[in-house]
Amino acid sequence: MLFGFGGLICSIGQIILNICKERGFDTATSGTIVSILLIGISAFLTGLNLFNKIGKFAGAGSLIPITGFANSIVSPAMEYKSEGYVMGVGGKMFTVAGPVLVFGISASILVGIIYLIFNTQNVTLV
Amino acid sequence: MDINWATVFDWTILLKCFVTAGIICVIGQILIDKTKLTPARILVIFVTTGAILGGLGVYQYLVDFAGAGATVPLTGFGYNLAKGAIEAVQQMGLVGAFVGGVKAAAGGIAAAVFFGYLAALISKPKMKKQ
Amino acid sequence: MKKVGNQSISFDNPPTILECASIVGPKEAQGPLAKYFDQTLDDEFWGEKTWEKAESKIIKETVNTVISKSGVPSDKIDCMFAGDLLNQCISSSFGLRELNIPFFGVFGACSTFVESMSLGAICAESFAENVLCATSSHFCSAEKQFRFPLELGNQRPPSSQWTVTGSGATILTKSGTGPYITHITPGKIVDMGIKDGNNMGAAMAPAFADTLIAHFEDTGRNPSYYNAIISGDLGYIGKEIVIDILKSKGYNIKSNYNDCGVLIFDKNAQDTHSGGSGCACCGTVFSGYFFKQLKERKIKKMLLIATGALMNSTTSQQGESIPGIAHAISIEV
Repeated sequence: MLFGFGGLICSIGQIILNICKERGFDTATSGTIVSILLIGISAFLTGLNLFNKIGKFAGAGSLIPITGFANSIVSPAMEYKSEGYVMGVGGKMFTVAGPVLVFGISASILVGIIYLIFNTQNVTLV
Repeated sequence: MDINWATVFDWTILLKCFVTAGIICVIGQILIDKTKLTPARILVIFVTTGAILGGLGVYQYLVDFAGAGATVPLTGFGYNLAKGAIEAVQQMGLVGAFVGGVKAAAGGIAAAVFFGYLAALISKPKMKKQ
Repeated sequence: MKKVGNQSISFDNPPTILECASIVGPKEAQGPLAKYFDQTLDDEFWGEKTWEKAESKIIKETVNTVISKSGVPSDKIDCMFAGDLLNQCISSSFGLRELNIPFFGVFGACSTFVESMSLGAICAESFAENVLCATSSHFCSAEKQFRFPLELGNQRPPSSQWTVTGSGATILTKSGTGPYITHITPGKIVDMGIKDGNNMGAAMAPAFADTLIAHFEDTGRNPSYYNAIISGDLGYIGKEIVIDILKSKGYNIKSNYNDCGVLIFDKNAQDTHSGGSGCACCGTVFSGYFFKQLKERKIKKMLLIATGALMNSTTSQQGESIPGIAHAISIEV
């Protein structure tokens, strides 16, 4: 079941990617469009109380694709609405997803620095 | 619309995408079932692994093979961040390490924040029906 | 009253459980005990804007129900004991703030109902004529505080339990015709180093065993003395663990033991995994179902032991273990 869902979500992503490429977008922009659309759809499904029903039997199939990331942002935002729109929704949005951004971005910075160290001859330093 | 629908729905590409994505998710499910790791920690492991494999150049092979099957899972998000950092370092040196990752993921992060806030505004959390 | 044995107390003039009331949420209303509760709700908000406000309303209305059912006017109630799972027990304090009754807030996690009744019984046997004891819990407010946002698409492990949405309240009175609280055995904190917050039954089982054995050693009784030995919310998993622990210590409770968390939900139809939990699990199942069995003399001697896990979200994140506690009261008609 989770195999099917994970596969399905990514296949939808692939179809969107193919359509973008056909329309002339380059790979990077196409990838961004796929992310934005899948995130938007997941946010919408979470807001309609539907995503958690899917997650119950899809498990990792809905968690691991970028849909899980979006759901983990919208769900605490919805939950803490009662604590206000600034500190509640705004402040609590990243309680579950925050670590993903912290570690992902930090890892990318480290990757960049390590790449620089091993490739100083190819790169303009500053 | 002058879209070549045969290319869009190329079954060989979709199949490779489907299977790769499924395998990556199964790995995630094994972590959920067999360890005490919370969803947040599992997502962190996936994104960091993707960044490391992307930095080593290894993840590129998976992306070439499976397309969205490798980029849509959160490992792909990490790969995207790392690839962006490397490309920016090639262009601007050390500053690029800081700029590149976020720049590559900008669309996704902005979408997450914006749609997240919108969805929260228009929704009402309900009791789990399970 | 006097102390018996190491930690129990026996009452020379046992207080009477005069009346009980219970209100439950929609999921409990679809469970096997639905008809025993005074009121069932259609949704988890009950007209309020937040779950916290809803939980306060539930405990408030349950207390109002028990007061009107008992015929004791609220100004004749000498004091009240109440508590819940929320930080600083706000459900109880906000829900009961208009009652004008001297208030003792207590925290025993899911053992709060029996803890309040224990303290209430001590008061009723001494200075008080009438004492009110109440507790509440709410699935949504508990998930928000302890676990994950409701809309998160995560899966619940099979050992997890479902926090009961509801409230149970009781009025104890100094002189009445029973059912009587004859003994109380307050529990000691028992921490066996269990860290898995998804398996509360295992974390609390050692405390249950500890209090039960203390009760039997102090009173000189054995399990067959009681028609029913009932735990608060050990759930299916905790129930099995506790039967094994006690068997290894020479106590066989298998024939007359059950658990409120197991009774309140239909495991298969309602997908509640290891069963119900929360302060209101024991509170509502006793106030609704067992009180009726006692009044109708279908159960004549009952040992009610509610268990609690004394942790919070900070201690879990800091990698701490989960200390458990169990309080016991002996009830006879």
